[in-house]
This record gives sequence, structure tokens and C-alpha cells, in this order.
Amino acid sequence: MTITKGASPRGSVHSHVPDAGTTAADAIEKARRDMLHQGRITKRTRIGADVVCEALLRQGVDVLFGYPGGVVLPLYDVLGDYPEIRHILVRHEQGAAHAADGYARATGKVGVCLGTSGPGATNLVTGIATAQLDSVPMVAITGNVPGALIGKDAFQEIDITGITLPMTKHNYLVRTADELPAVFAEAFHIARSGRPGPVHIDITKDALQAETRATHPDHDAVLAALPGFRPTLDGHPRQLKLVAQEIARAKRPLILAGHGILIAEAWDELRELAEKAQIPVTWTLLGIGAMDETHPLAYGYMGMHGWKHVNRAIQSADLLIALGMRFDDRVTGNVRTYAPHARIVHVDIDPAEIGKNVAVDVPVVGDVKRVLAALLPLVAPVDHETRAAYAEQLAEWRRESEGSSWHGSGMWRNGLLSADYVIERIGAANDHDATMVADVGQNQMWTARYAGYRRPHSHLSSGGLGTMGYGMPAAMGAALGRPDKKTWAVVGDGGFQMTVQELATLVQDDIPVKIALLDNHKLGMIRQWQELVYAGNYHSSEMVGPDYLKLADAYGIPAWKATRPEEVDAAIHAANAVDGPALVWFEIASEQNVFPMMPAGKGLSDLIEDLEDQE
Amino acid sequence: MSADTTAARPVPARALPGSGEVRRHLLIAVVQNRTGVLNRVASLMRARDFNIESLSVSHTDSDDVSRMTISIHGDEFHVEQAIKQLYRLVDVLKVQDVTDEPSVQHELALVKVRATDRNRGEIVSIVEMYRGRVVDLATEAIVVEVTGTESEVDALIALLRGFGIKELVRTGAVVMARGSQSIEEATKR
Repeated sequence: MTITKGASPRGSVHSHVPDAGTTAADAIEKARRDMLHQGRITKRTRIGADVVCEALLRQGVDVLFGYPGGVVLPLYDVLGDYPEIRHILVRHEQGAAHAADGYARATGKVGVCLGTSGPGATNLVTGIATAQLDSVPMVAITGNVPGALIGKDAFQEIDITGITLPMTKHNYLVRTADELPAVFAEAFHIARSGRPGPVHIDITKDALQAETRATHPDHDAVLAALPGFRPTLDGHPRQLKLVAQEIARAKRPLILAGHGILIAEAWDELRELAEKAQIPVTWTLLGIGAMDETHPLAYGYMGMHGWKHVNRAIQSADLLIALGMRFDDRVTGNVRTYAPHARIVHVDIDPAEIGKNVAVDVPVVGDVKRVLAALLPLVAPVDHETRAAYAEQLAEWRRESEGSSWHGSGMWRNGLLSADYVIERIGAANDHDATMVADVGQNQMWTARYAGYRRPHSHLSSGGLGTMGYGMPAAMGAALGRPDKKTWAVVGDGGFQMTVQELATLVQDDIPVKIALLDNHKLGMIRQWQELVYAGNYHSSEMVGPDYLKLADAYGIPAWKATRPEEVDAAIHAANAVDGPALVWFEIASEQNVFPMMPAGKGLSDLIEDLEDQE
Repeated sequence: MSADTTAARPVPARALPGSGEVRRHLLIAVVQNRTGVLNRVASLMRARDFNIESLSVSHTDSDDVSRMTISIHGDEFHVEQAIKQLYRLVDVLKVQDVTDEPSVQHELALVKVRATDRNRGEIVSIVEMYRGRVVDLATEAIVVEVTGTESEVDALIALLRGFGIKELVRTGAVVMARGSQSIEEATKR
């Protein structure tokens, strides 16, 4: 066996924070808390920056991902007075936004990131857009130049609220310290309520520095200040009756579970509905984890790289019950040929999603948890016998399709390591309980298909925006948000190199992210499209990367390399055995494709499969 | 039990949302009077590819509420989507499509028309027929103000064009539903 271990042991790199649990750390912590309770800022005036910290504490924020710069220095000057807020110094603001996003998705709480004006703010943009497209609750804070300099093209000035306006749920430019309490209370309320999303707060330097006695508003005052923000939570009773009728009438019903199930924490209600009416459950990319995949009614992942049996079931269904999903083009393909026999029930909290991409027969606007809870008593129970023939056919389709594109021996062609096998082993080695954070591309689809998910919030993926470079920084946030779970980032060599600098953050703050690098020396999904759609014209999809063992070593991160199936398990276990971050470099087959695949513009019945590619 | 129904007879294509019958719709949006609200609405319309013909903003009787009149081209599905997207903006309180409602739809135009001693009287009498008025008089031009429906204003402008229009500005329509109902008094949705 040729597992290669990265050289330097951990411990040679010291965190700036004393290890928790030691006496010294406890003493510092106690002193800081005492200072807090005694009114730590009695020796100076309370300024806007204090209000920001107070607001974060009031909102229950325990970690802040940020990067300092000129105009936010007033905030960094007081941050030390608020030791309950752990500040993670990232290496690039994009990492801060993705980390806040990963934290939010893993916990269901609002993630918070911080950057300075100008480039600090524009670097956050990709991460904010990622959160917007996937409805992730986030508050992004930026500094701006002093109010008197706004519009003067001052140093590091950019109209960042103009930039984030179309890609946030809401944004604010704050020019006085007195506005800060209300703005923060509103921002958190908007970010987490209704359909979640990112809210951006841009604060001028003088607002951070100004003295203020403004008090924080209570919840009623926040609601009163937002008369235009009243999400509809309860489904209309008439619509619920119609849904129950549709279910009673259907012979081949199918549930399409989306991200909304996870956001609304409606997984119990989903399972109850499925069991009560014997309806198989399929899921979108972001709906993974909405149902335990081992449940008898859990049918699988749909869409462009979804399972053939799942797409086949959608195409033959007579009723689709869409719960908290938005009929994205990666889910439907050509809408004209989508689910041609099906009537559609669509439940979503955002009225704008209903009828946006497909015409809907029964729309229900509301929080999916509340809608399902109200619907359940109206649904007539269906026994297993009634759906026996349907269930048998679905089972048969599943048996046919599950072998496709699966390499149980761990070998792709010519004995090269197969990516699907690697993912399956990572899932199994962690008892399917780890938080799996995918990057974007082939690695993302393999992660979605083969890890095997048992619990909600155990799969994080940039679905809507498809942001390469998301994986590792998002895993950083997830690991901090859920320290009780192992966190694995699955990244390709392309995406990894986009945000690789965050390795130093993992070390500095001792964040125990395990990185599975699927290295095919390619932009794999680009190469796959070039092979299948662009007649093998492989332009700009070859990638040179560094020696990742040396790279990890340079950062002080233990690393292993696996190139053969028999090395995979040992490398995963070795990484899991490390307390802090670790990396496993899987050198996988360079020309393996993700199958099946629905070509762009085609429908769910037009999947490309590689018949050679089966064992 | 029936087998894979997808393989059997050809199935009609799934209908796309909307009828495709494009016409002009008039929307009233009541919004919170906060900095940048016009920018938010305009940006949304651009980003979502809605085709705006005109947009006018003004104060209402309440200091913290503004009102927009938006003229938009699209089929009923398109316009419904625009309304739903507008509601996603935190500052938007109420949106109403008044296209098919009994309503007053007026705009104001100022027209600077070439005028000489010989034809000035003729221009003034045309303007008076359209209930317009002369608001400025100069040696070689007069400025005419007219209010009315879009077609009334169009008609007057067409007539004035014969004399030579030096300058023209129109406000775009502002709309108010007839009757005692009030969109501003109505709560959101």
C-alpha cells in the first residue's frame, strides 16, 4: 500500500487563540466576561461600532467571518471588547461570504460576513450572489468611506449598495450611528424570515466612529418599520382542500422535495405525508437530506445529472407535488416535454416562484412546514396495497438504473480510480452523518449522487449560482456551525485552486475541515461537455496543479494521497483521525464522465448514458 | 398494470405559462418613501427583462409613502410575474393592475411650438379646443401646456407638428382608479 503522508505533524503552527479548555484560556475568558458585565466601555464613549457588536450579540451571532481594512478599523478596534463574537480572519473576502453561507446552511441560523470598502466589498459579491440564488440567510457587512467623501471617488470607494442591490433580498447604506440599531434588527429579520436570503449593510466610517445613545428596537418595532414585508405563512384552506383532492385522485403521484423542506425544517411533515398517502419522494440538488435516503419511499435525486429512474418516474407521473422548489432549468430541462402526464401542485413561500417556470394546477403560497401540517389531516390514508403495482414498477426502474455509472470495484476504465467510489467510501466511513460540502462541477454531481444522505443539512452545494471555489470556505463555516459533526469538503482541482488560500485560515483557527480533493488534472465538467457536446474540442480544460502534499505540508496540514481503490478507505480514516484540518488527494481517472446527463435544451426523457461505462 | 406510459402515444407539449397576448398594462405601486426605492424598482424591471414604457413617481398625501405609475408591455402572465417580483421588494406596499379598471389616466405635456405673428392665433385656437393653455409667449415660439389622456395628448401633438415643434416633454401617464376605493388605504395584498 502506497499511502503517502504529508510530512510535517500538526502542532508546529500555533493558533492565535489559546486552546479552549486550558486554564489560561479560561482565565482570559473569565476576565473578558467580567469586563463585559461591568460595563466594559465605561472608559470610552459608545460608538457606532459598539452598536454593530451589540446588535450581533442580540441576534445570537457567535462567529463572524471577516477581513479588516481602512474604513472598518473602528469596528476592529472595539471587536476585542466582545469576546463572545469569534472573528475568523479569512484570506480573501469571498471566503468570508462562502463561510457565512456554509455556517447558515449547516445550522439554519443567519451567517455573517464582513469586509472593508472598495475591493473588500466587491470580493464579497460572489458569495452574496451565491446566497441569493440559494435562499441562504446572511447578513453581509461592509464599511464605506466617510459620508462627506461619498460620490467623490475617494480611496477604496465604490458604490457597493448599487452593486448588491439586484442580488440581495434587501440592502442598506447607513450614514449615521443612530440608524444602526434599527437597520441591524431589520436586516436579520428580513434575512431569516419568509424566503431567506442575504441582506447587505454598508456603513460609512464616520457612522462607525460616531458617538450614539440609540437603543435597539424590539420585535414589534421592527415589524412596524417593515409594513411591506409580510411573508404569507399559512396556505389558503381552499387550496389545501384542492391538494388533498388531487392526492386522492392520483394513481402515480410523486413528491418533489426542494430546499424549502430544509429551510422550513419540514422533514418530519414531508415523511408523514409520504407515508400517509404512499407517495414516493424525489429531491432536487438542494433538497438532498430532506428525507433519509434509506427510507422505503425515498426515490432519489432528479434532474440533469439525476438518476434515470427518478427522471423516468417524473415523466410518467400523473401528479407532481412540488414542495419548496422552483422548477429550475436543471430540474425540468425543456419545459415543453416536462412531466407530460402530470398535474402540478406547487407549494412555495415565495409567490413569485409559482407559475414562473411551469404552469401550475394547484398553487399554494405558504411556509411548507405549516402547509404540510395543515394538509396532513385532510389527506386520505392510502395503503401500500393500493400502490403496489406503481411501487413495483418504480422499484424495477430503480434496479435497472442504479447500476449505471457506478463502479463498485473502485476502478474506472484501465484500472484508474473512480470518483463515484471515492464519494461512496467517504459517506460510508462517516456513517453517512458527516456534513458533505461540494464544490461545483463533476465533483458536485458525484457528491450529490453517491455519498448517501441520512439527515437534514448534511449536504451543502452551490446550486443556483454554481460557484466554483465554494466548497472549502463553505465547509469552514459548516464545521464551525456544527462542531458535533465531521465536515468533508469535496472539491475538484479547479475549484480548490480558486479559494485554496483559505487553507491558512483552517490552520490559524484550527477548523477541522477534511478536504477530499478529486484531482483529474482537468476542469472535468468542461471536458465532459467538450467531449459530448463540442465534438472533443478540448480547449482550456487541461489543468496543471501543484504537488498537493507539498502544498498541504507548507500550510502545516496533514495530507495523504490515494491513487488506487485499496488506498481510499485508509486515507479517509487517517484524515478523520486527525483533530484539525486534513487533506486527502485522490488522483482519479481524468476522463471519467458523470452519467446520465441531460443535454442543454433537451428533456428528462433524453438522457445520455454511457453503456460502456457500466460493470 | 400499465407499463411505462411515456413510451406510448405522443403527448401534447406542456403549455407554457401565459397566453402570449401582449398589450400595455398600467400598474400603480405604492411604496415606502425610502432612499433608492426608484432605483430598486427600475433595477428589478431591467434585471427581470420587463419592458417598461414609462414610470412616474410622486409623493402622496403621506410623507413616508410614494406612488409610482408603471406602464409595462407584456401578456397577463408576464405582468403578473412583474407584480409578484415587485412585491418581493421590501419597500413595496401595494401593487395594482388598473388596466381593466375604470380609471382616470392622464398625462401632461409641454410643447414649444414655432409661431409667427401670422399663425399664432390659429395655434392658440387649436390648443384651446384641446383644453390646453399657452404658458409662455415669445417672438418666434409659444409654449403650450396640455393635460389629458395619452390619445388626446397624441392628437394635439400631431396637429402642432405641422407648425414645427421645437421642444416636447411628456410626463407619462399618472393613473387613479375611479370610485371611493383607495389603494393607499388598502393594506398590502
